Amino acid sequence: MTAVEDPTSAVDLPPAKEVGQARRRKEDARLITGKTTWTDNMVLPGMLHLAVLRSPVAHGRITHLDVSAAKERPNVVAVYTGRDLAEEQGSLPCAWPVTPDMVNPGHPSIAVEQINHVGEAVAIVVARSRTAAADALEAIDVDYEPLPVVLDMEQAVQEGSPLVHDSTTSNTSYHFVFDAGEAGTGGDTEQAFADAEVTVSRRFVQQRLIPAFMEPRSVVVQPSGDSYTMWSATQIPHILRVMAAMVTGIPEHKLRVIAPDVGGGFGGKLQVNPEEILCLLIARRLGKPVKWTETRGESLMTAHHGRDQVQFIDVAADRDGTVRGLRVRLLADMGAYLRLITPGVPALGAFMFPGIYKFPAYRFECDGVFTNKVPTDAYRGAGRPEATFAIERIMDELAVELDMDPLELRRKNWINTEEFPFTTVAGLEYDSGDYHQATEQALELLGYDELRAEQKRRRDSNDPVQLGIGFSTFTEMCGLAPSRVLGSLAFGAGGWEQASIRMLPTGKVEVVTGSTPHGQGHETAWSQIVADELGVPFEDVEVLHGDTAISSRGLDTYGSRSLVVGGTAVVKAAEKVVEKARVIAAHLLEANADDLEFTGGKFTVRGTPGAGVGIQEVALAIFAAHDYPEGVEPTIDAEATFDPENFSFPHGTHICAMEIDTETGFAKIRKYACVDDVGTIVNPLIVEGQVHGGLAQGIAQAMYEEAIYDAEGNLTTGSFVDYLVPAASDLPHFDTGNTVHVATSNPLGAKGVGEAGCIASTPAVVNAALDAVRHLGVTDIRMPLTPERVWRAIHAGGDGGDRAAQGSNAYGGARTTESGIQEAAQ
Amino acid sequence: MIPAPFAYARPSTIEEALQAIADGGEDVKVLAGGQSLIPVMRLRLAAPETLVDLTRVAELRGVREDGDMLVIGAMTTHADVLTDPLLAQYGQLIVQATETVADRQVRRRGTFGGALAHADPAGDLPAVALALDAEFVLAGPGGRRTVPAAEFFVDYLTTALEEGELLVEIRVPKLGEGWGVRYEKFNRVVQAWSIVAVAAAVRREGGRIAEARIGLTNMGPTPLRASATEAALVGVDVSLETVTAAAAQAAEGTSPSNDLNAQADYRQHLAQVLTRRAVAAAAGL
Ligand SMILES: Cc1cc2nc3c(=O)[nH]c(=O)nc-3n(C[C@H](O)[C@H](O)[C@H](O)COP(=O)(O)OP(=O)(O)OC[C@H]3O[C@@H](n4cnc5c(N)ncnc54)[C@H](O)[C@@H]3O)c2cc1C
Repeated sequence: MTAVEDPTSAVDLPPAKEVGQARRRKEDARLITGKTTWTDNMVLPGMLHLAVLRSPVAHGRITHLDVSAAKERPNVVAVYTGRDLAEEQGSLPCAWPVTPDMVNPGHPSIAVEQINHVGEAVAIVVARSRTAAADALEAIDVDYEPLPVVLDMEQAVQEGSPLVHDSTTSNTSYHFVFDAGEAGTGGDTEQAFADAEVTVSRRFVQQRLIPAFMEPRSVVVQPSGDSYTMWSATQIPHILRVMAAMVTGIPEHKLRVIAPDVGGGFGGKLQVNPEEILCLLIARRLGKPVKWTETRGESLMTAHHGRDQVQFIDVAADRDGTVRGLRVRLLADMGAYLRLITPGVPALGAFMFPGIYKFPAYRFECDGVFTNKVPTDAYRGAGRPEATFAIERIMDELAVELDMDPLELRRKNWINTEEFPFTTVAGLEYDSGDYHQATEQALELLGYDELRAEQKRRRDSNDPVQLGIGFSTFTEMCGLAPSRVLGSLAFGAGGWEQASIRMLPTGKVEVVTGSTPHGQGHETAWSQIVADELGVPFEDVEVLHGDTAISSRGLDTYGSRSLVVGGTAVVKAAEKVVEKARVIAAHLLEANADDLEFTGGKFTVRGTPGAGVGIQEVALAIFAAHDYPEGVEPTIDAEATFDPENFSFPHGTHICAMEIDTETGFAKIRKYACVDDVGTIVNPLIVEGQVHGGLAQGIAQAMYEEAIYDAEGNLTTGSFVDYLVPAASDLPHFDTGNTVHVATSNPLGAKGVGEAGCIASTPAVVNAALDAVRHLGVTDIRMPLTPERVWRAIHAGGDGGDRAAQGSNAYGGARTTESGIQEAAQ
Repeated sequence: MIPAPFAYARPSTIEEALQAIADGGEDVKVLAGGQSLIPVMRLRLAAPETLVDLTRVAELRGVREDGDMLVIGAMTTHADVLTDPLLAQYGQLIVQATETVADRQVRRRGTFGGALAHADPAGDLPAVALALDAEFVLAGPGGRRTVPAAEFFVDYLTTALEEGELLVEIRVPKLGEGWGVRYEKFNRVVQAWSIVAVAAAVRREGGRIAEARIGLTNMGPTPLRASATEAALVGVDVSLETVTAAAAQAAEGTSPSNDLNAQADYRQHLAQVLTRRAVAAAAGL
């Protein structure tokens, strides 16, 4: 890893001691060994176990449901159906009504009459052991009357399509529009296209993905009087508490939610799950603690999915390559219901389609469409990978159309470093960066010239293995989010974050953060920040999180927000601690507070060498409280809430070199280089880890992963045999680097890194594959780039996505895309 | 997921195992490494009444010589295969194929005999056994019998093993001087099953191919021999042209399936490409 400090931007940072060090993560030993508080490790006296009977049909009515035999099975305590819980289950919440007239049919936690996707809960067995509960499921007798299954979005939006929900008049939940002309952030898009010298239109498919976190979801609920404690493998204990209280009617102050150590989420645990509500309802009924832990099969089938869009994108440009306008129309698959932020994911993406380019005109439209599949929702990047893919792919297509070098076209249109802060056509104010510098560095890391020469040699000799190079020069919006902006987007919550710092008598420090980690390394990074701010040893800091009784306020972890927003709250709280301690120290030193200097954890009196007191000593003194100034409260603990004024905008250049075996279609990454600018780096090891993991997931979308439903709406990729998550052995070495341009919206200068690799890499990989075989007549290959698809695209034309012919895939196969917009407009 | 309840026996000799099978009731399953059986039991696609666990039957494990033959005990694990000195010397085709099976954890538990008895057409070892004309020694209540590979693989997940019978050992010819081998596996991620694979063993005499044995993985409900290619190779000069021409017939007589990874026509195409590559490598090209 190489880091290039930009001297002009590295100003005004606090003296960095811990910050910047590649500290090993203090939480890893317990996480890796599993000797920790995973929810499924919880055992409570008298705890009962839930097993869920799930629908094997995608769309239908329950015509007969008999659970009496199951109730007689050994060790079964109770069996519940949707009818039993209908009165009290309410609807799972959707917090993001993206348009005022968005149609939300409601989302029962357990089906009462109608089934809308395979895997929906139909009945629940409660038993004394997990195995007894699972065995009793077999004794439940249920019949379904099938209804026509709606799977293909493009068909679902047609007049006369069968409806997913009878209560609606169409399968379209909402129509969301952002028009830069109307918003006053750009010109007239239709005019830009009418005047354009060149237009290019494409239809891209963002396949459905499964977050596939490592730790399965698990919930434990313990009732105690009229109060309830819920442990859940969730990313969002704070949001879950509010939502679960609203759904069940359990008063918020009677509900405590704990996210203990959580083994990954990637957005997949940014949810209020049906089973969380069901556990609460059943614990309330029985007055006993209950546990539900999903199997891997249940997880893949019923935890929310991600992506799943059909993207029609048009770009208008001058012959010299100057871009003139961008037009996007999306069909976004909601699945059967709207979950927590289902509709908001594509809408959030709306602001990222223009990427790093200076488009003067832009229009975005999106239809959220119901189908009989599990709902989609946040998945690493949530809206931004989809947008980045579309823009970075179409820039390559435009370059081909113009016969221009793809990098040259990008250079011509990207924002130059002296233009920051830059307000884009989507209305965002990008903070800082240098796209040129990142690109130059990435080219060097890759060994670009050499690989281009090899590509030519292979092409000239008609080598069966062809080589291609693909770019993705991306940016993204991080640090969700300024609360007012969220308000203007009709999101149901703010975007602030909270932290408090408790100075213990022995000088040790407890940091309480509202940003709940699920594997990111908060404990380490927060300790580094606090060590610097308070001048205490790294080891003296303990980070507490994830329990609404301990960290009472917080908005949790997603959208690369933790460091940028939550870390800033920690800085602000630490500043307050220092200010409070200063007053006490001045008293102890019999000096004027204004004469004190605070460095390295110690207050000293300016001009009086020798005199001084450490902040850890102050902590003891104020605990004893024998001697402190009048009119001051006897504590130096402090808390702070930080609401950012802007997003931060990480950027970078990712370059993939790809080998394609034209005889078999096998695609293999030859080399991958990326340079990311994530602002200030608190811990280079964590940053690199996040980049690696993100790359793995982004590359997985390009090459391996796809959730496939058959014509009846069954998930055929229901295990890891068929849903291919790559392992380390399938991925190349990553050559990573950084440039540093600090964010201007937070004092740390950090931009967020959790999603960058995932957002950036996918189009680089696909662009590389196409660059390898374009000379063979290939213009697109559907993701994932399975060997068969690549081979068919080379030898039979189209994009290789011919599964539709067998009726086993939702969105049709190869399609000429020139008429994208017209087609979509019909 | 959680399997349905079952009874469990853990014998320590072949005799005891046969007895346990005989006593086990209607639906008895033998448990070897469990790497194929347990996944289907977890999904309750199989719910045997009794499991007879062979892991303590020491006499079923290990590799020995018997003249020109190697004798591999059914319970020899994949990991054992990879470190066995006899196989290193005379059984390179088996070793190469075993290296491609799953991951370390699965190879620690999964067994050579279990993989053959399971007879999954996508499994890597059946095609190797077929190419080598292995002999399968089966023990039953009435004694032992030997079945040639060509008769052992009957259909999809179906072998010549009768109810109450155990696969005890597998006999394969030693491939020594003059033989070259190659297992060419095609899959999407390293740990996955074969989309198609080709096992090739080629004996050279001077500049010519004297004998070729080619097994195809996942090109039909059972492993198959690429007989037309084998025949076309006998006596030809070792060259890329002759190998390519012969490999073009590799898909003759195959009937591969359509699934998420590949449709039949693509599999047939792959069989030709992979056969060419495997034979070329085995022939030292
Ligand atoms: C994640 C994963 C990936 C895998 N990938 C591959 C791969 O890439 N290639 C590959 O070839 N295989 C693969 N396998 C399967 C692996 O090779 C198994 O080890 C093998 O298929 C079965 O062997 P086993 O010893 O585990 O048998 P078990 O699962 O115990 O048994 C399998 C079947 O054979 C029967 N059986 C076992 N032994 C005997 C015997 N001695 N006599 C009679 N019947 C018997 C059992 O009753 C059962 O029906 C994979 C498995 C897993 C879990």
